[in-house]
Amino acid sequence: MATNLPVSSQSQGGIGTAPVPHTEHDDHLHDHEHHDQHWLWKYVFSQDHKMIARQFLITGMMWAIIGGVLSSLFRLQLGWPEATLDWLQPLLGKWISGGKLDPEFYLALVTMHGTIMVFFVLTAGLSGTFSNFLIPLQVGARDMASGFMNMLSYWFFFLSSLIMFCSLFLETGPASAGWTIYPPLSALPQAISGSGTGMTMWLVSMVFFIVSQLLGGVNYVTTVINLRTRGMSMSKLPLTIWAFFLTAILGILSFPVLFSAALLLVFDRSFGTSFFLSDIYIAGQALHNQGGSPVLFQHLFWFLGHPEVYIVIMPAMGMVSEVLATNARKPIFGYRAMIGSLIGISLLSFVVWAHHMFVTGMNPFLGSVFMFLTLIIAVPSGVKVFNWLATLWRGNIRFTSAMLFAIGFVSLFISGGLTGIILGNATLDIQMHNTYFVVAHFHLVMGSSAFFGLFAGVYHWFPKMFGRMMDEKLGYIHFWLTFLGVYLVFMPMHYVGIAGFPRRYYAWTGFDAFSQFADLNKFISAAAILAFFAQFIFIFNFFYSIFRGRRATENPWNSTTLEWTTPIEPGHGNWPGEIPAVYRWPYDYSKPGAEADFIPQNVPYSQTPSSNLPYERELAD
Amino acid sequence: MSTLTILLVLGLLLVVFGLLFRIQILTAIFSGSYVRQIGTSNRVNALLMLVFMVVGGAAFFWSFAENFGKMNPPIASVHGHAMERMFWTTMIVIGIAFVITQALLFIYSYKYQHQDGRRAYFFSHNNKIEVIWTIIPAIVMASLIFAGWKAWTRITGPAPKDAIVLEVMGKQFNWLVRYPGRDMKLGVVNYRLIDAANDFGFDLSDKAAADDFVASEIHVPKGHPVLIKIRSRDVLHAVYMPQFRVQMYAVPGMPTRFWFTPTTTTDEMRAKLGNPKFNYELACNQICGKGHFAMKLNIVVDEPDDYVAWFAAQSPISKNADLMASYKQMSQQTGLGKGGSQGAKASAIEETGESPAPLAAQASL
Repeated sequence: MATNLPVSSQSQGGIGTAPVPHTEHDDHLHDHEHHDQHWLWKYVFSQDHKMIARQFLITGMMWAIIGGVLSSLFRLQLGWPEATLDWLQPLLGKWISGGKLDPEFYLALVTMHGTIMVFFVLTAGLSGTFSNFLIPLQVGARDMASGFMNMLSYWFFFLSSLIMFCSLFLETGPASAGWTIYPPLSALPQAISGSGTGMTMWLVSMVFFIVSQLLGGVNYVTTVINLRTRGMSMSKLPLTIWAFFLTAILGILSFPVLFSAALLLVFDRSFGTSFFLSDIYIAGQALHNQGGSPVLFQHLFWFLGHPEVYIVIMPAMGMVSEVLATNARKPIFGYRAMIGSLIGISLLSFVVWAHHMFVTGMNPFLGSVFMFLTLIIAVPSGVKVFNWLATLWRGNIRFTSAMLFAIGFVSLFISGGLTGIILGNATLDIQMHNTYFVVAHFHLVMGSSAFFGLFAGVYHWFPKMFGRMMDEKLGYIHFWLTFLGVYLVFMPMHYVGIAGFPRRYYAWTGFDAFSQFADLNKFISAAAILAFFAQFIFIFNFFYSIFRGRRATENPWNSTTLEWTTPIEPGHGNWPGEIPAVYRWPYDYSKPGAEADFIPQNVPYSQTPSSNLPYERELAD
Repeated sequence: MSTLTILLVLGLLLVVFGLLFRIQILTAIFSGSYVRQIGTSNRVNALLMLVFMVVGGAAFFWSFAENFGKMNPPIASVHGHAMERMFWTTMIVIGIAFVITQALLFIYSYKYQHQDGRRAYFFSHNNKIEVIWTIIPAIVMASLIFAGWKAWTRITGPAPKDAIVLEVMGKQFNWLVRYPGRDMKLGVVNYRLIDAANDFGFDLSDKAAADDFVASEIHVPKGHPVLIKIRSRDVLHAVYMPQFRVQMYAVPGMPTRFWFTPTTTTDEMRAKLGNPKFNYELACNQICGKGHFAMKLNIVVDEPDDYVAWFAAQSPISKNADLMASYKQMSQQTGLGKGGSQGAKASAIEETGESPAPLAAQASL
C-alpha cells in the first residue's frame, strides 16, 4: 500500500503528463545486456546514451584544446605585436611571413576560436555530454527515447567536426569573417580569402551541426516528457533535468533559424541571389546585387545567437545547482523559484536578440524595446545568484573539486553578468559596442562560467561515467590555477574595453587613442597562456583516472538523485533490475530527524517517519 | 640545439611532476587520507576562498585605481558627458552588487565549511525573502532602463535642422569623406559609377553634386551640431569615434546616420592633455578584412571661424578633371547618369531626408 500511494499523489500534483511505467520492457532489455556486443557497436556506433555522452565529452575536449591553442596564438600577437614569430613557422607555415603573423590569418584565428568554443565545445561538448549522460539516469529511464537518433546526433556532430577541422588546413584559410559571419564580408571571397572555400566548409559544417543539435534536442525533450520513472513528476525533477529540458527546447526553436540564415547565405554566395547584398563595389567591380540587407542576416543570426548563449549557460546552471546542494549538504534554496527563473530566462532569451544590434543601423525605436527586454532578463538571473548564495548559507560545505568549480561558476557568473547591465543599455552600448568590454563580459559570463560548469560536471559525475574517481589534489590545483587565471585575464580586459579598444584588431599601434595599454595586454596574454597550460593538469587527471583512478563506490558523494542508485558502472539499460520509483524531491539533504544527511529520491516516506514534514506524513500512510 | 634542450628540459619536468604525483598518491594511501572524504584539504580550500577574496579583491581595486587614468578616453561631445555620467553611475550600482554578492559567496564558503558533527540547516525556501530579492533588482533595473531610454531617444532622435551635414563612406580599407558644398545639398551618388577617380560614385547629372567636395580628414566646428551620414561601398564597417562617444555601422545598401555636438577643439584638447600630437580619431569597429585594424581617419574640431574658412577653401569636384573625365566615360558605359539613374536619385533624395542647412547658417557660425 505504502508504495502505491506516492504514485497516485504525483498524478494529482504533477505538472506534466504521467510517466510511462517501464516494468513491461524491463526484462526484455535486461536480457539484451548480456549479449556480447562487437566493439564497433559498443564503443563506436553505440546507441547507449552513456557511451554517446562520453563520445561527446572526449570530442569536445579535443575541440577545447584546439580552441585554446588558437587563442594562445592570437594572444601572442596581441601581447607582443613587435615580436618575431618565426618559431611558429613549422606549425603555421605560410601564415607566418617575415616573422609576422598574417593579419588575415589573425582574423581566421579569432573566428575559429569563437566558432569552436561556442558551438563545438560549449554547446556540443557541454550540453551534448551531460544531457545525454544525465537525462536517462536522473529521470529513471533505460535510455533515450530513440537510441538510434541519439547515435545519429553524435555522428552528425562528428561529421560536422571533421569538416570544420579540415577547413583549418585550407590554402585560402578557414572562415575569417568573425564567428558571427556577417555578410557581405562572409559572402564575398574578394573581400577576404577566408570567405572562399573556408566559408563554404563553415556553412556546410554548421548545417550538419544543426542537424545534430535537433536530433539530440528532440530526443532530450521526448525523454524528459515521456520516460520518467514512476513517481517522477515534473516537480520532482532535479534542476539539472529542468535545465537540459529547457535548453533542448531553446535549441529546437532557435537552431532552425540559423539554418535558414546559413541557407540564404549559401544562396547569396553561390547562386547569385541578393538576400543580404546590395550596392556593392569591390575589387574594381560593381556587383549586380541590389535590395538585400546585411541587417536582415544579423536579425536571423542573433535570433539563434542570443538563445545560444543561454543554451550554453543553462546546463551549467543546472549542474552547478546540483553540485552546490550536494556538497553544501543542503536543499537547493527556492527550488520552484529556480525552475521559474529558468523558464523566465528561456522565454526572455527569445526576445532580446537585437541588443547585439543597437548601433547597426536598426531603427532606434527597436533599440528602446530591446533595451527594456534585455535589462529585464537580469532579474531571473539575479534570483538564481541569490538562491545559490542562500544554498551555501548555513551549509556544511565539502570542497570537492566539483564544488570548487561550482563556487567558481557563481563568482564568474556574477562578475560577467553584472557588466551585461551596462551593455544591455543601448545608450552605453554606443561606446562599448565591439570593444574589449564586450569581449571581457561574455568570456566571463558565458565562456568561463560555462567551462566551470563543465568542469564541475566532469569532476562530479566522473565516478558514474568511468567507475573511478578523479584525483582530488590535482583537481584543487587545476581549479585554483584556472580560477586565478580567468580573473587575471578578464578583469584587466575590462579596463582595455572601457578605454575603447576595438575587438578583432590585429594591432592597435596605428591609433593614438589605443596606445596606452601595451603592458596590460602583455599581462593578459601571459595570464591567458598560463591558464591554458593549466588545463593540461585536468587532461592528465582525466585520462589517468579513467585507467588508474581510485575505484568509485556506487554513491561517492552521498547524493540523492537516481543516477547514484545504479551499479558502479551501469550497463546498457542502466539498472540491472527494475527501475526505482521516486517518492520525494531531489534535495532532501540534512533533513531534521533523518539519520543520514541525505535521503535518496527512491526512499518512500513510509521508511522515514522520523523526518517527514507534516504534509509528507499524509503521503506516507 | 636549443630547441632540443628545451624539449629535453620539458620532458624531464614532466617526469618530475609524474613522480611527485605518484608519491603524493602513495603517501595519501599510507596516511589514509586517500579514501577519507573530508580532511585537511577541506580546511585549506576554505581558507583559500577567504584569501582569494581578500587578496584578489585588493589587487582588483588597486589595479582599477592604477589604470583609471588610462581607461577614460577624453570626452569631446555634449552627449558624451551625459553618457559618461550614466556609465559611472551604472558602474557604481553594479559595483555595489558585485562587492556584496562576491563577499557573501566567499565568506559563506569559508564560514560554512564542513565541521564534523555539525549539520546543515534544512532551509528549502522562504517566499518573503525571494519576493524581496526579486523586486529590488527589478526596481533598480527599471530606473536604469528609464534613464537609458531617455538618453537613447535624445541621442538617436532627429538632428537639429541647422546641423552641418557631411558623409563618410567606408571601403576596404580607408574612409572617404565628402561635404555638400555651397548649396548645402549632398549630390546623388551611385555605386555603379564608381571607379578609380570617382571613388564616391558621384552622379553629376544631379546638379547638387557639382559643388560637393571631398576631404582627406573630417573637419567640424566646435559647438555646432554635426550630422554624419554614413555609407559603405563594400562590406560592413563601423564609424567609431571614441572621444565623441559616437558609433554607427556603415552598411552597404542602407545609409545610416549619427549626430553629435563637439565641445572641444583639437587645439583645446591638445592643451588640456598636454599632448601636442593629439588627434581625434575615427576607427573602424566592425570586422571588415585584412586591413580592419588600420582603417583610421583623423577628425579636426575647429573654432567656427576656422571651419568656415576651411570650408570656403575647398575645391568642388566639378573642378577635378580626372573625376569629370571618369564620370563621362562611366556614364556612357553604364547608361547611368544624365537622368538615367532616376531610381537611384529618388532613393538618394529620400536618404538626404531633412532640408539641409542654408549656407547662411554656416556663415553665421
